[in-house]
Amino acid sequence: MQPAQNDDCVLRLEDVTKVYSGIVAVRHANLALRRGAVNVLVGENGAGKSTLMRIIAGVEKPSLGRILLDGEEVAFHSPADAQRHGIGMVFQELNLFGNLSVAENIFATREVTRGLRGIDHRAQIDKANHFLDRLDAGIDAETLVEDLPIGQQQLVEIAKAISLDTRILILDEPTSALSAAEVDVLFKVIRELKAQGVAIIYISHRLEELMRIGDYITVLRDGQITGHAMVRDIDTKWIVRSMIGSDAKDFAKSVDHRLGEEVFRAEDICLPRRTGGLAVDHVSISVRAGEVLGIYGLMGAGRSEFFECVIGQHPHSTGRVHVGSVEVSKSDTSDRIQQGLALIPEDRQREGLVQALSIAGNLTLASLERFLRLRFHIAGERERAAIQAAIRDLSIKAPNPDFEVTSMSGGNQQKVVIGKALMTRPKVLLMDEPSRGIDVGAKADVFRTMRRLAGEGLAILFSTSDLEEVMALSDRIAVMSNGRLVTLVDRADATEEMIVSASAEGHKTTREHA
Amino acid sequence: MTTATTTTTNVAEAPSGSLLLTLMKLRTFIALFAVIAFFSIFAPNFLSTANLILMSKHVALNAFLAMGMTFVIITGGIDLSVGSIVGLCGMVAGGLILNGIDLQFGYTIYFNVFEVCLITLAVGIVIGAVNGLLITKLNVAPFIATLGTLYVARGFALLSSDGQTFPNLVGKPELSTTGFAFLGSGRLLGLPVSIWILIVVALAAAYVAKCIPIGRHIFAVGGNERAARMSGIRVDRVKMFVYMFSGFCAAIVGLVISSELMASHPATGNSFELNAIAAAVLGGTSMSGGRGTIGGTIIGAFVIGILSDGLVMMGISSFWQMVIKGIVIIVAVVVDQAQRRLQQQVTLMQLARKG
Repeated sequence: MQPAQNDDCVLRLEDVTKVYSGIVAVRHANLALRRGAVNVLVGENGAGKSTLMRIIAGVEKPSLGRILLDGEEVAFHSPADAQRHGIGMVFQELNLFGNLSVAENIFATREVTRGLRGIDHRAQIDKANHFLDRLDAGIDAETLVEDLPIGQQQLVEIAKAISLDTRILILDEPTSALSAAEVDVLFKVIRELKAQGVAIIYISHRLEELMRIGDYITVLRDGQITGHAMVRDIDTKWIVRSMIGSDAKDFAKSVDHRLGEEVFRAEDICLPRRTGGLAVDHVSISVRAGEVLGIYGLMGAGRSEFFECVIGQHPHSTGRVHVGSVEVSKSDTSDRIQQGLALIPEDRQREGLVQALSIAGNLTLASLERFLRLRFHIAGERERAAIQAAIRDLSIKAPNPDFEVTSMSGGNQQKVVIGKALMTRPKVLLMDEPSRGIDVGAKADVFRTMRRLAGEGLAILFSTSDLEEVMALSDRIAVMSNGRLVTLVDRADATEEMIVSASAEGHKTTREHA
Repeated sequence: MTTATTTTTNVAEAPSGSLLLTLMKLRTFIALFAVIAFFSIFAPNFLSTANLILMSKHVALNAFLAMGMTFVIITGGIDLSVGSIVGLCGMVAGGLILNGIDLQFGYTIYFNVFEVCLITLAVGIVIGAVNGLLITKLNVAPFIATLGTLYVARGFALLSSDGQTFPNLVGKPELSTTGFAFLGSGRLLGLPVSIWILIVVALAAAYVAKCIPIGRHIFAVGGNERAARMSGIRVDRVKMFVYMFSGFCAAIVGLVISSELMASHPATGNSFELNAIAAAVLGGTSMSGGRGTIGGTIIGAFVIGILSDGLVMMGISSFWQMVIKGIVIIVAVVVDQAQRRLQQQVTLMQLARKG
């Protein structure tokens, strides 16, 4: 960390740590933000960028450590509190009220009033239009937010943040939904704000953007700050190196084993999107026993939706799924699990775990029928033996299987979800972002487990947005983009450039429309 | 660095925290002990056998409903209709014994007492199934669905007799409808029959909760419905089961009450659902779902029952009784929340230190 001149530095985080149930999102972070500059923050998914920003914006309180604003220690109890100190944030997920107009959204919680006569809608609309004009947004302040396309909604968020007269403006992936022209406008506004002395925190995955707009850059990896520099001193290679680290990924080497028969075939899977179009667009994939198929794609590429269709979570999906030689007909999850499919969902907390249950209870949840005596009584000793075996096989660090599942770290929780799926004795394992939000050691364990299972003849489909991961783990690589299966290649023939360009394929057409 | 070592160091560091936690976890036992101790000192004859048996009979009625309610609340739902089911089932039993079923062409079918009981239980289960279908198939919020059946069931109870009581359910020997009194006032080995039934149903419910897949599924559905679905649990089936079980429990109470009184009145069971919810909550069932035990609920029912009977024996006004009952429930929930927060903090601090 470079020593920063004190007058230059508007906000400083000292030794900040944030813990969620079971996972350390940020550990001992020190960060200095300079006024009149664009402070860039990069890191892979789950590196802790968003958490750090939520702490600055007062959404979350740090578990340990302190925040210094202009050299004085502050504690934000709410986003409103942070706003009073001049901190504004544009979130990655939009926080707008779709049922209200653009002007009402911009002035939410600080409505322009005329004393007892209520809200002065005219004045609000005029002021809102003023901010929107600065962004060249071409949005009428009277339209309902839900009638705007996502890109323009993003601009409304930015207009809202600007209207707050902030000293520190946090932009969390602001360009993810913007067209190239809109990005140019945004950069123009950022430069104006910079000239006015606003400290801007800019988070993005698009490295070329960072190099264009950034002044200072901070790199996060697994909740820790691993690099800090002036943007003009560095290149994209440096960023990638700090982001990934040399020793970070310990991929289990692929064990050579013969692939078996085809055990999984999905044909023409389609899932309509509520807003029109298809979230999964005629996807057909087949996998052989012992094969690991990696599905690469950006956020919203339709990977999770595809998995959910396969496991029978979407009654409206069409297409056919075969396990072995049998077609799985009913769109019913219990039925499909019995047929030999198992899904490890992407969102562990929301879809994978029952937090109120113990580690043991979660492990056997999907496979209780296996332990029945007389077809209804759960045989305690058989269940316990299976739990012990799972804890050993997956190297779950559980001191006592009767503890609540949330008492463990994220990586161990993920292993429990995997164990639960494996206990149903599947033939085909679907893993949606299996390495998301878990630490390096647990990742290595998970990857080793995947390899071992493939060696034992399980067919594995896993999705990831990590390029390295997909290259290192898969036998074949599929790339999805905007709901379509764009490319399907053997690993031997795949190059990183090829995969990256394929993953943007589906978005090109939509960009033109937008 | 293993979790085991951190746990031990933590216990060593914060003995006061874990002592507090243990006390909080045992709060229902402590409350039960406290009310028993209090009333045995201040209420005359409180510990006499006759009084204890009388009190258990009172408690049993609420305990039945509270057990059914516990399963429902664990799945994250609520069943407001149990009080009305008690009333309607009482009327069904009374009507069948007194009048039978009139077949409109000069014949009337009479059932023997055993058959009457089975039919009544079936009525309770069917109303529970209606609740379940409304909630699972038609996506009505449990609160609203069971509020609706509360009114419908009560309405039918009143309609069945035009608001009148079915008196004197002794039955006629020639129709073999006698012997209904056994349920409410009979005794086996010195204990009232209703207590025996309670013991059987409670043991069965506790066994279901612990050792049968659907019991685990009940907890999983309440803890995280989406994860339960993803794990292949048939969530709708689980919900149907808990509402039908709740209806079954309510039907038992309807039978026991009309048997005790040898009469059935259509307003019986009014607001019983609230007492049942109170007992479940007092016993540690979490209204947000996923947590609760049958044992805790039974103790909770005993605390509430002993509290009201004891206060009556001390001659305290029933208006004060309501105030005291309310305060006890609120305190129980406040302690419950405090315990959960404390527990969470302890775990999070552990992880933070580790990190």
